[in-house]
Amino acid sequence: MPPPFDLLPPLLDGARVTLVLTAGGIAVAGPAALTGGLARLSRRRWLRAASLVYVDLFRGTSALVQLFWAYFALPLLGIRLGAMTVGILVLGLNIGAYGAEVVRGAVRAVPQVQREAGRALGFSDRQILWRVVLPQALPAMLPPLGNLSIELLKSTALVSLITLADLTFQGQALRAATLRSTEIFALVLLLYFLTAQTMSWGMRRLESRVGRWRAVAR
Amino acid sequence: MAGGGKVTFDWAYTLDILPALLNALVVTIQATLAGMALALILGLLWAVLRRSPQPAVRLPAAGLVAFIRSTPLLVQIYFLFFVLPGAGVVLSPFLTGVIALGLHYSAYTAEVYRAGIEAVPKGQWEAARALNLSPGHTWRAVILPQALPPVIPALGNYLVAMFKDSPLLAAITVTELLQTAKLIGAETFRYLEPLTLVGILFLIISLLASRLVHHLERRYGTV
Repeated sequence: MPPPFDLLPPLLDGARVTLVLTAGGIAVAGPAALTGGLARLSRRRWLRAASLVYVDLFRGTSALVQLFWAYFALPLLGIRLGAMTVGILVLGLNIGAYGAEVVRGAVRAVPQVQREAGRALGFSDRQILWRVVLPQALPAMLPPLGNLSIELLKSTALVSLITLADLTFQGQALRAATLRSTEIFALVLLLYFLTAQTMSWGMRRLESRVGRWRAVAR
Repeated sequence: MAGGGKVTFDWAYTLDILPALLNALVVTIQATLAGMALALILGLLWAVLRRSPQPAVRLPAAGLVAFIRSTPLLVQIYFLFFVLPGAGVVLSPFLTGVIALGLHYSAYTAEVYRAGIEAVPKGQWEAARALNLSPGHTWRAVILPQALPPVIPALGNYLVAMFKDSPLLAAITVTELLQTAKLIGAETFRYLEPLTLVGILFLIISLLASRLVHHLERRYGTV
């Protein structure tokens, strides 16, 4: 069997789409997780309710069902979005819902006295959140959020089912054209694996960076 | 209607298609339960192998778990579906899907079991050794009875997660819930009602299941 280098260019084209989806998804998921997680802890009842609906709706249904609904059913209600937009929004909001639970847990774990100390020093609510609570919650959030970003990478494979030419889609197209299933899917799996490993390496570096001030402070 | 502008939700049509979707839900649930049974067995196998004193056993098991965890389930499904027949193993799409779900989630259940096993105090191993129990006997009679109950809730979470991943089997033509909704939609050019119903069915079942897992957490505690 010759080395399957001829398969690489189309697969790498697909990998580019996969990376764009992952990056776009993270750009949606991050703010969604932060907003959703903080809203769940809000004093305002309607904010808590809205966050609960968001989290339960996206965590309670399947990511693929959400993609199909947004791509096939939503246009019937008059909202037409491109496949790429649907992919980034749905996958981002889906992972963001899981991230909201992470943010909520980490923020709740910051001792109440930290908030009281901030208030005693005359910090505004906003300053307490951004300067006192979040910096302390961040090191606890990062490892699970890193895992979620890898889940996001893996979930981008689903967009191949709504016609986007990502890595999985290209693998399928190549298989149909060449029937070299074993080589193609082994390569596709390998490319996902390497991407995931690179991402988790990056996350570990980020974690040690973010946690550095703690070592100094103690 | 098709290709036009706004469409309103048709309740009569929704009632019409409900029986077909409920039938498909049975397939979804069967696939999930069968996949989970496989994941429970394989995961335990990986977890035990990863504790082997032999690096030649331990390292491949750890590598396999890491590889399965960092690649997409959909590609794994395709891999089994298109590569196994070439190796002479011809299985139905349903069975292929169940194996893929079970294999994928075994990588996650392996981590859960590992946490449970590591939570068993070291003294238990030492006591088993002092009593001259064989390794098999130690696992069966001493370690697992203590390691398993606390991980039941975490395993329950993965059961819910697998349920939500089961629509991926639609990609290899298993007529589970999503595939059935797609077929109904293609027949009538109305995707809104079938897909919305599928979403609602998933929502109801996973919220109920999560409630149950929460109940288990209070009963068995968490690792």
